[in-house]
Amino acid sequence: MAVLLYPKIYLYRRIVYAKLFIDDNYAEKIDLDNIADEAFFSKFHFIRLFHSIYGKTPHQYLSFVRIEKAKQFLATDISVANVCYAVGFESVTSFTGLFKRMVGQTPAVYQATQHQRQAEIASAPLKFIPNCFAEKKGWKPVGSFE
Amino acid sequence: MCTFVSTKQIKMITKMNHVSVFVLNQDSAFDFYVNKLGFKVHTDAPMGPGMRWLTVCPPEQPDLEISLMSIDEGMMFKKEAAQQMRDLVSKGTFGFGVFECDNLLVTYEELKARGVEFTKKPTQEFYGFEALFKDDSGNWFSLGQKN
Repeated sequence: MAVLLYPKIYLYRRIVYAKLFIDDNYAEKIDLDNIADEAFFSKFHFIRLFHSIYGKTPHQYLSFVRIEKAKQFLATDISVANVCYAVGFESVTSFTGLFKRMVGQTPAVYQATQHQRQAEIASAPLKFIPNCFAEKKGWKPVGSFE
Repeated sequence: MCTFVSTKQIKMITKMNHVSVFVLNQDSAFDFYVNKLGFKVHTDAPMGPGMRWLTVCPPEQPDLEISLMSIDEGMMFKKEAAQQMRDLVSKGTFGFGVFECDNLLVTYEELKARGVEFTKKPTQEFYGFEALFKDDSGNWFSLGQKN
């Protein structure tokens, strides 16, 4: 079948590039008015279209990306304060408050939980791998079930 | 009188929680599935020199682990079989599944901008609206729009 032609594709493309800009520049001080200008939209139209596509306003999406990136950084040994600044927040208090609202744990508790899981994986990785795969890979002796 | 009557219906197989995708390089596959497709890392466990158990999940399906399995000579593949498998994967022989998204046109534009190679643009077929893309190894997937 022929590829369908969609009259709104150019609108989608502009909103997608705005989202990609947020994805790539989340750590910077992003002025959402500028993004709307770059996308050739009025601020209101930009927010409405962005929300209709992604289910979040651009500001909500920026916060979401920052918190998701923070979760990745917290799984490493970077301190909570440094993670806060690395993902674009200027205040540890506001970062901690938003993180707890969105994740349900403080950054410190989340980091401790991640470190504990990593330690469990390192000490007993086979607990996290289905037995059949571990056997096929030669990571454990073949079972005697049969 | 039977005393073991339960109102809860006992089901047999209820769902899938692991599926394997054979990849040529786990580091490259990590970048593709996590940084391009936006999947979450579920488990990343080093299993000795050159060996790694790596699973990822689609963002809204955390209980389905996709195991990115490297094709190495070992217990799973003898040397010749490993080479055959690598050849087949890189030639695009295998299609491992169908992914779903809310808005195919938007997802297509975004993934394309991130460098994902599509072999079929979004197309309205009799069974639904779909596109096809390849992972970094050559495995292909269908991408469909919900509803």
